[in-house]
Amino acid sequence: MAIRLTQKLLQAQVPFLTRGYPLLVTKEKTEDVAHTKSALQKKVTDTDIPSAQYGGRHGVTMLPGGGIGPELMGYVREIFRYCGAPIDFEVIDIDPSTEGNDDLDYAITSIKRNGVALKGNIETKSQSLSEVSRNVAIRNELDLYVNVVHCKSYPGIPARHKDVDVVLIRQNTDGEYAMLEHESVRGVVESMKVVTVDNAERVARYAFEYARQNNRKRVTTIHKANIMKLSDGLFLEVANRVHKDYPELEHNNMIIDNTCMQAVSNPHQFDVMNMTNLYGTIVSNVICGLIGGAGLISGRNYGDHYAVFEPGTRNTGTAIAGKNIANPVAMINASIDMLNHLGHKEHAQVIYDATYQTIVNDAIRTPDLGGTHSSTDVVENILKILSAKRVNW
Amino acid sequence: MSILAKTLGRTFFQAAAVRALHVSAAVSGAETYSANRTTCTLVPGDGVGPELVYSLQEVFKAANVPVDFEAFFLSEINPVLSAKLEDVVASIRKNKVCIKGILATPDYSNEGELQTLNMKLRTELDLYANVVHVRSLPGVKTRHDNIDTVIIREQTEGEYSALEHESVPGIVECLKIVTAKKSMRIAKFAFDYATKNNRKKVTAVHKANIMKLGDGLFLKSCEKVSKLYPRIELDKMIVDNTTMQMVSNPNQFDVMVTPNLYGAIVDNLASGLVGGAGVVAGASYSADAVVFEPGARHIFAQAVGKNVANPTAMLMCGTKMLRHINLPTYSEVIQNAINQVLKDGKIRTKDLGGQSTTQDFTRAIIANLH
Repeated sequence: MAIRLTQKLLQAQVPFLTRGYPLLVTKEKTEDVAHTKSALQKKVTDTDIPSAQYGGRHGVTMLPGGGIGPELMGYVREIFRYCGAPIDFEVIDIDPSTEGNDDLDYAITSIKRNGVALKGNIETKSQSLSEVSRNVAIRNELDLYVNVVHCKSYPGIPARHKDVDVVLIRQNTDGEYAMLEHESVRGVVESMKVVTVDNAERVARYAFEYARQNNRKRVTTIHKANIMKLSDGLFLEVANRVHKDYPELEHNNMIIDNTCMQAVSNPHQFDVMNMTNLYGTIVSNVICGLIGGAGLISGRNYGDHYAVFEPGTRNTGTAIAGKNIANPVAMINASIDMLNHLGHKEHAQVIYDATYQTIVNDAIRTPDLGGTHSSTDVVENILKILSAKRVNW
Repeated sequence: MSILAKTLGRTFFQAAAVRALHVSAAVSGAETYSANRTTCTLVPGDGVGPELVYSLQEVFKAANVPVDFEAFFLSEINPVLSAKLEDVVASIRKNKVCIKGILATPDYSNEGELQTLNMKLRTELDLYANVVHVRSLPGVKTRHDNIDTVIIREQTEGEYSALEHESVPGIVECLKIVTAKKSMRIAKFAFDYATKNNRKKVTAVHKANIMKLGDGLFLKSCEKVSKLYPRIELDKMIVDNTTMQMVSNPNQFDVMVTPNLYGAIVDNLASGLVGGAGVVAGASYSADAVVFEPGARHIFAQAVGKNVANPTAMLMCGTKMLRHINLPTYSEVIQNAINQVLKDGKIRTKDLGGQSTTQDFTRAIIANLH
């Protein structure tokens, strides 16, 4: 199998160089490489599910997840209630200890119905091989191909670097997360990293489009094409090709290891970053760490039909659960992203202002930002500010 | 001649009532204006509508509810005084909430137009889902107890498409339109409503055994949508059987989803079971706006000016509206007062077997606000 695969890839190299990539991934080959249950199979998404917007109110799925998730969701609901955000949450708890995937399936159906979800990080305790990571399952099933994390420094918060403003755009469904692993011979495990033209193009186009719409200057594609010449090479080549449609933007590329070094020494050189799956998770954790940690930044996952909002770095925070020290800001920011996505700009702005004022001007911060306050202190202060300027529903 | 005099009299009365509404709205707005107030469109409607709306405004004023009304007199039988439909639609688009009385619909149109004003308003705003929550009220004696059913009705297509023609003299065809898109939409609305309100069963009402294609499509759409809701049961029932079941054993129903005409029938039937048109509130939803109106649509023209109409339905529209715009505390206060007055049973309007006037009832509610 492995030999056959190498041969196929070698054969493929000639057309790759001469004819360009679209011919590289023919249907026959995808079927050969991809096993029966592949993340690559195009998900059949029902486009004709009507949206869950009734009388100006939106239905939104809420997946509190594990660890600090439930407490943070409690704060978000309190804040929404206070400022009258027209959102009706459908809360679905996924029990991490159960073996079956009933709850998970139900959660995915619920997101399909509502179109939008706010999500904590869901634990997958089970080590059984048949069970996939629940977070990955949600992304794959809903075909959420792009993850966007906007890392922007808050002034006054102790951090290694000031005034960082980087947008990280990450391919979210294939690459190393294709979940294709097998032990071909005893003692030898192969894990497949899959790059497809389709998905690489979708994410690159998203990155360039984002840059254009938000007046950004440069897109940096992160890769390791010097080692993985075919897979990362394809990703890079697609990005180069998409760039031709956006001549006003600058495009450069950087190797992942160098990127990490550059990110910690001079993060200001980056503007918009376009990355494959694993590199994306690494770089977003690095940059979030640089500007204040996991508790501040929110992340957005988009597919063609669905959007899921969550804290930017995907940690459950089980160790600090129930201690009232978890930083609620990341989840609040995720909920602000969600309000913006649904078009409730006014509510989003009010909550954003209150949060900003709390952690920057009033300096009410949880221990992870060098403060001494508890989570509830932060939330109470936000509510206090909100009560002065409540928006109507 | 006498008819003319009657119409004129009614016209003057309504004009006066509407003027009073305008004034009170303006005054209450000027007195306590602040950024936190919500504006709501108000269409009093025909018949006893203006009297009921006046009662609602009195109660809102007494409870200090931070809501201002933008009143429009809209009427089909009274085109001279009626506001322009465009203005009303623009106001509802802007405010996103509206409280509306019932608009009378003449059986024969003078201009030969097939679409009624009600239907125009609904199509214009795309108010596709009508929700009527039929619930037994405390202290109101009826044949059945503990009825708690929600009837969800598609109200933009079906028999109400206003497509009728006489192909040959003596033969009239009326087209009933069913589309997959709108059927899916109403089915999803019903299931989402059931999910949100923790209900367990959705009953689709149809007549697919006779109208195999039209109602068949409606039924198929319901089945398709129900696959997305594994935790809610879908039940199917033929409309004639539904009406029988409804009067003999109404407690078996939870949420019902119906096409247009069946919905109108079941709405009225169910309202009759819990005390009549005066006590059931409803709401019509589009994606962006909600119009709250009494659940069974009767103008009660014979009671105009007699001060006997029951304002409960209109008041409950008000409490529903308050809940919708995130003012649940006010909503609860008013709802509790309504329940208390009904439970005490001392002050009742004629429809519930009492002798009290609309005004007495309103005053009793205000006295119970706490």
